[in-house]
Amino acid sequence: MGGYERGNFNSRLILMGHSYARGPSANWEGLHSLTEASFTAPRVSREDLEKRLLSGSRAERGTETAIHLLLLGATVISIATTLGIVFVLVNESFRFFQDVSIIEFLTGTVWTPRFQPSLFGVLPLVAGTVLVATIAILVAAPVGLFTAIFLSEYAPDRFRRIVKPMLEILAGIPTVVYGYFALTFVTPLLQQYIFPDMIIFNALSAGLVMGVMIIPIVSSLTEDAMLAVPRSLREAAYALGATRFEVATRVVTPAALSGIVAAIILGLSRAIGETMLVTIAAGATPRLTIDPRESIQTMTAYIVQVGFGETPQGTTIYYTIFAVALLLFVMTLAMNILGQWVVRRWRQAY
Amino acid sequence: MATATAISASPALSVRGLNLFYGDFQALKDVNLDIPPRKITAFIGPSGCGKSSLLRCMNRMNDLIRTARVEGEVLFHGENVYAEETDPTEIRFRIGMVFQKPNPFPKSIYGNVAFGPKLAGYRGDMGALVERCLRQAALWDEVKDRLKDSAYKLSGGQQQRLCIARTLALDPEVILMDEPCSSLDPIATLAIEELMRELAPNYTIALVTHNMQQAARVSDYTTFLTVDDQRSGYVVEFGETGGIFSRPKEKATEDYITGRFG
Repeated sequence: MGGYERGNFNSRLILMGHSYARGPSANWEGLHSLTEASFTAPRVSREDLEKRLLSGSRAERGTETAIHLLLLGATVISIATTLGIVFVLVNESFRFFQDVSIIEFLTGTVWTPRFQPSLFGVLPLVAGTVLVATIAILVAAPVGLFTAIFLSEYAPDRFRRIVKPMLEILAGIPTVVYGYFALTFVTPLLQQYIFPDMIIFNALSAGLVMGVMIIPIVSSLTEDAMLAVPRSLREAAYALGATRFEVATRVVTPAALSGIVAAIILGLSRAIGETMLVTIAAGATPRLTIDPRESIQTMTAYIVQVGFGETPQGTTIYYTIFAVALLLFVMTLAMNILGQWVVRRWRQAY
Repeated sequence: MATATAISASPALSVRGLNLFYGDFQALKDVNLDIPPRKITAFIGPSGCGKSSLLRCMNRMNDLIRTARVEGEVLFHGENVYAEETDPTEIRFRIGMVFQKPNPFPKSIYGNVAFGPKLAGYRGDMGALVERCLRQAALWDEVKDRLKDSAYKLSGGQQQRLCIARTLALDPEVILMDEPCSSLDPIATLAIEELMRELAPNYTIALVTHNMQQAARVSDYTTFLTVDDQRSGYVVEFGETGGIFSRPKEKATEDYITGRFG
């Protein structure tokens, strides 16, 4: 068994091109002549090389193949799922767009699929989604950024080691809990002190609580980006008489900017896709408004409503949820692509 | 004899009974030293003898290390740098520092030089200031057409001269240089050494170097440090560079200089 393992180890080193794969193995001489040959003779192709090196041990090749397939299989699961979802979304949406034109869907300002006359303008749902997500990011971006600055530039190591996991717990709270927190705690609070005539289901408290929910995403990724800024840059700034705050705002934040923007975009795309919280707290009234005190409906909340309702399959209403979901998918995909572009475009090498 | 009077003239920096601790470990033991004004003072000694740490005591950079603790005094114009009422950022405006590895900010060449003056609230002609500092650092001719370019487009030696220009922009009295050539090739090293000589008449330079030839070539005074049994650093000998290298008073200095130790 030991000999088998050693043989395996050696052949791996050889494949990686390490010439120090020196062992009490008969392979060594063969390898030596092989490397010699590759300098003088025409290049040996990689496949050929692997074949020749592994030909002595069929068992090894069998294990390697099995491992290769196992790893590949794991990767394929997530890719296949994504592709499958996209396929279903596109396919079912296609049926919807046979009944309703894309133009009407994307530009219409009234969404009443369940009433007469049935109108399929998705803009009220998009507006509801954007409104809640905007409120959320207005909370999460500054709070997350300040949290990250505090943790990376001000807090002692020990404090950071305690606080960071606590922040991450915030990210682990089920969203249904946040939903009822918004509905039964934040909304009454807002009604009591700020907006007495605000209705129970509203975009404001859903957005505020969602903001709190995505703070950990923003602060954690931002802090990672800040910690990646080398110490030497901080020292340079301190040596020029910068205060801690100036180091944080004039050196660390600009240097980490691409990571910070990516963190905010990721938080935003999380806010756009969030479902349970808005279903519970934001209402079920598709409405084209920018007033956060109003009851609205987000795209995700609409999908839940129809999905849980008694909507017969094959009807136009049934297919609306696929069209809405496809649009939602395109929106979050666009956000993620934008985020990656920002990271590449603004990345500062240091 | 001129140098002897320089020594007796009031020093740019005086270190008095300085002990430095990192946690329980004593890194520097009872350092007493006068750094002569407008001269280059080199600090040499084996690795780990605390020469960089000593340099970082002078502008309170060790404040940034949480476990670091300093006893004793560093006097700058008669004021203790470590006094309760001293603002470390003020000290660092007047005592500049250049580091081992060039560490320009990820900003433009211009932005790097202008960084310090902006912090200090400089209200004059920033363009003229940047040009003057780049000229002083012997970099102007190489970068005058691309001031808006990223500092990272410069070579290592150019980056280090940019860092020196950045330090000069605050018009400091003292410049602490912590092995400024250790990551540079010989040609870039030579350029930095020439630059130090040009700056010497107007600035007090404290230079940490592990390169004894460099200390002999550029410095006016040399301090030799070494470590005791507890690995704490202490000053063995201070004097004119010529004297230290030709007639060291201490056996330890002689051993180090002749390569028998370290």
